[in-house]
Amino acid sequence: MRPTRGAQMGRHIVLLVAAALFATPLYLALVAASLPASAFLRGVPTAPGAQLAHNLWQVMVHGLPNSPPVAQLMASSAVMALGIAVGKLLLSVPVAYAVVFFRFRGRALAFWLIFATLMMPVEVRFFPTYQVTVQLGLLNSFGGLILPLVASATAVFLFRQFFMAFPLDLADAARIDGVGPLQFLVRIVVPLSRPMLAAVFVLEFIYGWNQYLWPLLVTSGGRDATVVMGIREMISAAQSFAVPQWDLIMAVSLVAMVPPVIVALVMQRWFVRGLTAGIN
Amino acid sequence: MASAIVAQEPASAFVTSAPRRAQRAARLRKLDRPVFAHRGLPYLLVLPQLLIVGAFFLWPSVRAVSEAFQQTNAFGLGARFSGLRNFVDALANGTYLQSTEVTLVFAFLTTVLSMAIGLFLSVQVDQTGRSRPIYRTLFVWTYAVPGAIAGALWLFLFQPDLGPGARLLADIGVRWNFALHGDQAMALVVALTVWQQSAYNFLFFTAGLQGIPGDVLDAAAVDGAGGARRFWRVTFPLLAPVTFFLLVMNVLYAFFSSFAVIDIVTQGGPAGATNTLVYQLYRDGFQNADSGIAGAETIVLLAMAALLTAAQFRALNRRIHYR
Repeated sequence: MRPTRGAQMGRHIVLLVAAALFATPLYLALVAASLPASAFLRGVPTAPGAQLAHNLWQVMVHGLPNSPPVAQLMASSAVMALGIAVGKLLLSVPVAYAVVFFRFRGRALAFWLIFATLMMPVEVRFFPTYQVTVQLGLLNSFGGLILPLVASATAVFLFRQFFMAFPLDLADAARIDGVGPLQFLVRIVVPLSRPMLAAVFVLEFIYGWNQYLWPLLVTSGGRDATVVMGIREMISAAQSFAVPQWDLIMAVSLVAMVPPVIVALVMQRWFVRGLTAGIN
Repeated sequence: MASAIVAQEPASAFVTSAPRRAQRAARLRKLDRPVFAHRGLPYLLVLPQLLIVGAFFLWPSVRAVSEAFQQTNAFGLGARFSGLRNFVDALANGTYLQSTEVTLVFAFLTTVLSMAIGLFLSVQVDQTGRSRPIYRTLFVWTYAVPGAIAGALWLFLFQPDLGPGARLLADIGVRWNFALHGDQAMALVVALTVWQQSAYNFLFFTAGLQGIPGDVLDAAAVDGAGGARRFWRVTFPLLAPVTFFLLVMNVLYAFFSSFAVIDIVTQGGPAGATNTLVYQLYRDGFQNADSGIAGAETIVLLAMAALLTAAQFRALNRRIHYR
C-alpha cells in the first residue's frame, strides 16, 4: 500500500520544519559569530554579517581575557582525544584477543573485572579518582588527563564480539603453518579488523573530545586545558564586558564542535549499518 | 551508551536476528577449545588494561568506601571511623533530598520527550525512501556536539533580555529569566538535553526500524491494517527491545552525563532547582571539600549506576526475534 502523494508531501514538510528547528541554535550561533557583539543588543539579526573570519582569527590567535588562545586549547583537545582513542584500542584489542583465542586461569575474572568498569562512568567515580590522580602526581599532565579514562569495557566487548565471529579455520591453518599467536594478531587479526578498529576509534575520539568534568578537575586551566572545558572560563570573561562578547563565545563554540560533528557525520552510515547487522 | 557515541560510550550490537544467534552459539561451543596454547602470553595481553582498572577504578572505589565510613576533624588532620554517620548526614540533608527529586524529574522529562521525538522522526524518515540519508544527516548531528558547547549555544539563545529565544518568549508574554525562576531553569536544561538526546534516540530507532523485515509490514498491510494501526500493532512491539535499551541509556545519561550542561547553564541554580546528584557531589567534594560526605555520595551513585547497568544488560540480552 503506497502512501498517497499528499501524505508524502506533508511528511516532507513536517520533517523539514523539524530539521530547521534542530538547526536553529547552530544557525544563530553562526549569525552571532559573524557580527559585532553589539548587534544583538537592539534586536535579533537574522542574516550573517561579515566578521566571521575576523572573530575566528581573534579567538584562535588571541583568545579571550585570562584564557589561552583557542588554537592552543584545540591542540590540547586533539592530544587528549587521540590519546584516549588510540589508548583504548591499544589496551582493548589485546584483552579481547586473549579472552577469545586463549584459555587461561583467571580468564573469566579478568573479563568481568574489566566489564564491571562499565558501571563506573567518570561522573560517578570522579571524586576518589581525582584523589588517586593527585597521589600519583598526575595533576596538570596529559597522563592525568588520559590514563584515568583509557580503560574501556565497551571497546573490549565490541572486539570480543568481533573476534568470536572470526573464521576459526584461519587460526587453525596459521597454527599448523607455525605462525605464532603474536604474529597472528599483528599480521592477520588486526588487518582484518580494520573497519571495526575505525568505528571504535571514532566512537572513542568523540568521547575523548567531548569530556568536560574530568579536564576541569585535573588541568586547572593551564597549558593542557581543553577547548570544551575552557568554554566555562571564556563565558565568564565574555560576560564581564559592558557589551557581553557573545560573538567570540559563539565563534569558539563553532570551532569546538567541528571535529566531533564532522567525524560523526562521516561515520554515521557505517554506524547504522553496524547496529542493524549486529556487530560481528 | 551515549557517551556513545558519545559523552557516554554506546553499547551496541543488540539488534541481532535469530539465525545469527544460532550461528554464534555454535561458534561459541567450537571455541571452547583454546586456539593457541601459551602460558604467559595471555596474561601479558590483559595486564595493561588491568593495571589501569586497578589504579583508576578499583583503588578509588576502595578509597571512597573507606572515606565514607570515616570522619576527618576540622583541621583535616586525622580521621576516625564513624560508621554510617556520613551516609546519614548526606541523606538526611534537605539539599540531597532536593537533588534526588531534581534528578528524577530531569531524567523523566528528558527521557520521555527525547524518546518520543526520536521515535516520531525515525518513523517518518523511514518512510521517505530515497531522501532517507539526507534526513538522517539532518537529525543526527546534535548528538556529537559536546555537552558544554551545546550549553554555551543555549545559554546565548536564552540570555534574558538579549538572546533570540528569550526575546521570542518575552514577545509572547513570558517573563523570562531562568536565573531567577527555578522552573524556567529546569525547562531550559531539559530542552537543551532533549535537543541532543533526540538525535541519539533517532539513530537507534532508525537502526531498529531497518531491522524489521519489509514483508512483515506488507503482510499487515494486505490484512488491511491502516498506517496508525500498523505502527502500534506491528512496528512498535517489534521495537520493544530497542525501546527498553534506550530507556535505560537515557536515564543513565540524565543521571550522570548531564554535568557539563548544568555547570555551564545554571550551576545547579537558582536555589538548587537544577542541582542534580552528580552536581551536588561535585560541590561537596570540591567546593565544600568534605571527603567523608563525598565518599558516601559516591557510594550511593555507584549503587545507582550498578542498578542501571544491570538493567542495561537485561536490555542487551533481550534480542529481537522477528520470525
